[in-house]
Amino acid sequence: MPVLEGKELRIVGFLCNWCSYGGADTAGVGRFTQPTDLRIIKVPCSGRIDPLFIVKTLMSGADGVLVSGCHPNDCHYAEGNFYARRRLEMLKRFIPMLGIDPERFDYTWVSASEGQRWQEVVTKFTEQIHKLGPARKIEGPEAEATLKLMEESL
Amino acid sequence: MKNLEDLKKQIKDGLSELDVVIGWADSFDPLHATPHFMRSEADVDKLKVDALCVHNLATYLPSLKGKKVGIVVKGCDSRSVVELLQENLIKREDVTIFGFGCEGVVDQVKIRRAVGDAGMVESCEVSGTEVKLTVAGKEHKLPMADVIADKCQTCRYPNAVLSDSFVGEEIKPTASFEEGYKDLEEFEAKSTEEKFAFWLGEMDRCIRCYACRNACPMCVCRDHCVAQSRDPHWLSQEAHVRDKWMFQVIHAYHLTGRCTECGECQRACPVDIPILLFKKKFNKEIKEVFNYEAGLDPEATPPLQTFKIDEPTIKEKEW
Repeated sequence: MPVLEGKELRIVGFLCNWCSYGGADTAGVGRFTQPTDLRIIKVPCSGRIDPLFIVKTLMSGADGVLVSGCHPNDCHYAEGNFYARRRLEMLKRFIPMLGIDPERFDYTWVSASEGQRWQEVVTKFTEQIHKLGPARKIEGPEAEATLKLMEESL
Repeated sequence: MKNLEDLKKQIKDGLSELDVVIGWADSFDPLHATPHFMRSEADVDKLKVDALCVHNLATYLPSLKGKKVGIVVKGCDSRSVVELLQENLIKREDVTIFGFGCEGVVDQVKIRRAVGDAGMVESCEVSGTEVKLTVAGKEHKLPMADVIADKCQTCRYPNAVLSDSFVGEEIKPTASFEEGYKDLEEFEAKSTEEKFAFWLGEMDRCIRCYACRNACPMCVCRDHCVAQSRDPHWLSQEAHVRDKWMFQVIHAYHLTGRCTECGECQRACPVDIPILLFKKKFNKEIKEVFNYEAGLDPEATPPLQTFKIDEPTIKEKEW
């Protein structure tokens, strides 16, 4: 880990148990090279993901959030990802309102057999986040300086 | 209101079959109205309806479930009633809706800015075009156009969209959908950095009083609100801007496809944080993607409660 100290960003992935988590596993078993910035949280289904999980994650200091579930029509619970798609699309369109770059959040579909696709998604998403750099923080000296500036301008 | 006597008569006629009728009456000073619960004819005589009647009375309906309730509604309030009906939070047969065509309500913040700290208001007269105030012996004449609430300037539903009895004439709406979202577009034109700094500053002023939540007619979880729940523990009890900001996003997201834009959250805010912007953003996107507006049809299925197998309006990212 110390080798990567300071080079890694913090990306959180919400993966459904049945497809994308399996896909990530397939990528691992196939020994595909992947960036190591992503930390995975396994959820039962993409329909389980409250879009507010993502907001909370971003506000708590994550630099990026990736959501991945089964392809539409392939949901283990038949329709969980159809609902998720609508919710996540709404959130994706809302995020710029908060002053958070919309590129910091993406959602996609990866099946359990698509190890190759998983590798591609993770690599591209990580590149995308690295291009943006570390996220603005709500806590800490930087935020306090912004607040001070705001107060002075009043 | 010109037809106030007609309205009073209609309420009196219906009173025998209703437990309570909710309207507005004079409050602690002539510049404010207050929600008014009418149980007798004497109560009905105190009813007032004018531009000071800002409150959305639909907020009280879910807590009166099971009772026979009458309610006086402006156009925007009626949309909240429709939304509550759609969500089965109230029963149609239990609610009697008295609608009228609303000419707009005042924004107390704008009055405060024009008059200064009003203090003791001696008298206040509201006509269709002017608000005449006497404060500390000094008379102020404020043109209605200067003190009308923003939401009323671009109102598309001045008449109750659903009512059992409608008083007076219907008012013709003039604004288009796009006009209602000009303020949002102006805000969205800012850079990401400016937006972030803006909300950081605004949310820092929040005092976590939850007035926005309590005034919201669609915030119906009441005692089970995630803001105060320890399990799940969404928010800490700290007074940190992070938690306050998060709460506003929770409020907005929970209203996706449900918010009727009555503006009660922003009106109730004691520190004037423009939180309606969040809800407007969601409404605009809901309209764009699903061509849906909340609070118009009690039979409609809200867009997040359903899906299409192929979503023609959602463009997913290609990797």
